[in-house]
Amino acid sequence: MPLLEVQDLRIELPTRRGTLAAVDGVSFAIEPGKVLGVVGESGAGKSLTGTAVIGLLEPPLRIAGGRILFDGRRIDNLPYEQMRRIRGREIGAIFQDPLTSLNPLYTVGRQLTETILTHTEMTPTQARRRAVELLGEVGIPSPEQRVDAYPHQFSGGMRQRVVIALALCVNPRLVIADEPTTALDVSIQAQIIALLKRLCREHGTAVMLVTHDMGVIAETADDVAVMYAGRIAEIGPVRDVVKNPGHPYTAGLMASIPAIGGPRDRLRQIDGSMPRLFEIPQGCAFHPRCPHAFARCTAERPEALPTGRTLAACWLHDTPEAVDA
Amino acid sequence: MPETKTRGGVEFARPAAGETLVRARDLACHFEVSAPLLTRLLERRPRTMLKAVDGIDLDVRRGETFSVVGESGCGKSTVARLLVGLYRPTGGTIEFEGVDLAALRGRAERAPFHRKVQMIFQDPYASLNPRWRVRDIIAEPIRTHRLLTEPAALRRRVDELLSQVGLSPTDADKFPHEFSGGQRQRISIARGLASEPEFLVCDEPTSALDVSVQAQILNLLKDLQREYGLTYLFISHNLAVIYHISDRVGVMYLGRLVEVAEVGDLFARPLHPYTRLLLETVPDLEMSGRDRQPMAGEVPSPIDPPTGCAFHPRCPFANDRCRSERPRLRHAHGAAVACHAIEEARLPVDSAGVPLEGRRA
Repeated sequence: MPLLEVQDLRIELPTRRGTLAAVDGVSFAIEPGKVLGVVGESGAGKSLTGTAVIGLLEPPLRIAGGRILFDGRRIDNLPYEQMRRIRGREIGAIFQDPLTSLNPLYTVGRQLTETILTHTEMTPTQARRRAVELLGEVGIPSPEQRVDAYPHQFSGGMRQRVVIALALCVNPRLVIADEPTTALDVSIQAQIIALLKRLCREHGTAVMLVTHDMGVIAETADDVAVMYAGRIAEIGPVRDVVKNPGHPYTAGLMASIPAIGGPRDRLRQIDGSMPRLFEIPQGCAFHPRCPHAFARCTAERPEALPTGRTLAACWLHDTPEAVDA
Repeated sequence: MPETKTRGGVEFARPAAGETLVRARDLACHFEVSAPLLTRLLERRPRTMLKAVDGIDLDVRRGETFSVVGESGCGKSTVARLLVGLYRPTGGTIEFEGVDLAALRGRAERAPFHRKVQMIFQDPYASLNPRWRVRDIIAEPIRTHRLLTEPAALRRRVDELLSQVGLSPTDADKFPHEFSGGQRQRISIARGLASEPEFLVCDEPTSALDVSVQAQILNLLKDLQREYGLTYLFISHNLAVIYHISDRVGVMYLGRLVEVAEVGDLFARPLHPYTRLLLETVPDLEMSGRDRQPMAGEVPSPIDPPTGCAFHPRCPFANDRCRSERPRLRHAHGAAVACHAIEEARLPVDSAGVPLEGRRA
């Protein structure tokens, strides 16, 4: 049974110009021990989806439809206090900027023990021992001394490790990681990715990894959901989405990433840019930029259709002799 | 035979490609990061200097794209700012077209240099004045250098620049907030081109953009270079972007250049251990099943850099000489590399090859 199931999620943003759907009709599931990558351009709704799962949407943003099930239980309509207990205890979160996720006034040890004490029955001594152990586990050298340091005394990569330790300190079953490596250098990025992968393997933690970096997804995720203008354009096993994309947007996205070792001529580019929320076109949101668009794409919104091993929201796949994108 | 071309009504001669356009020798830039004077006196602490750029030599040839790659804090952006004259070097010299910049006195003498050298910044949200219309933003360098004075000609030139970067002349009367990140970067490029520069310094021009937009901007930069024979200094931390756009690449580590090579050589046969590790860490989109080798350790603080070779604490090949003596850039195997292990042939060169096909970042 999937640990997290999101069904037909819709997130709305009321504005003076009317209600906008920032996320619409998003469905996916994550099994224990698996990593789902959520990828897309800025504004595609990938972070909002993650925020909705941990119940931290900022008003006026609100969940306007669909259901979020955690371990078979609905969590999108829980009262604040109940959700607060699940968050931290069962679902951990890692955000992009490690500096804003840590309180600069407290030592990292105090922040870790506080979280542990809030969510478990441990004594303060046990909690502190656990904090030291965690810092060692995420690869911080001499954790016995570092536990009493303040966030500013750590470098960016080390700080992100502390944030990961904080998210994992009570062994959550699901971790929402929102761009956990974006603020880091590539060499540090590799260390953090290796760490996430190892924890996933060892503790059976499920991870929802939100990022715009296809390279990180390709190396880490089991499945990937490609988002465009608030909807899932394509979802499926990572290998199939990367190697054999069924949606023209995914294909264009993959082709536009520069490759080392390939030819050094012009990159394939998708002309134009993703529509803003208040000007999402009728039918398929991608049709104005799509080289394969036909009449139906401008009128009717495509549903997720099977293409090989992935699901793509594209009318090209609605015919028996589906065209290759 | 210099070829003459008219652009925006101004005649200019284009000298032959290949000669050195920018030459820096022993270039250094130090920033003082000391505690306040009183604290320093009371606690008897010396002044602390951050050596952002610590003695680098580099030549940028006319018409090429020279890239500087490195991790954050390695000093690559400081190099960019030194070369356009935004920072004054602490030591060393910069020559542009054979003229030593330090010898130029006053605004009037420096004006021709500033016209020929322009910069494109990383953040297209912060580098455009939100209260100015696009037309005024792009026209500013033209007005400053009095290239065109007649309003109608100025208007035509701005329209032409907008078309060159793939925007519409009707966009000229809008404000920056009406554009997306990619379009704003196009406006920055149009402004950069307005004074008909020869040397364009691009500091992480695509880092703030999404990949599909990044491809558009990289293609545009390549097209403009082909059309106008521009010379680029390109700063990036993204190795795939560097591979794509560069002719030659300099790898920086803690304020020093550790390797300079032709782009093909650098990626096929990296010499310096740091370059090798950097290439190892590029995410692998093809998923050959190879786990990335996480590079141990982090970049040390440039305030208190390690002795000898700055890379030695992270280097698997370091010996006593590396810990005590700073290596200089030396020619080896068709590139320039600052490494004792390479010089002493302790480090095999051919085994360095990383499987490169399809590595993307």
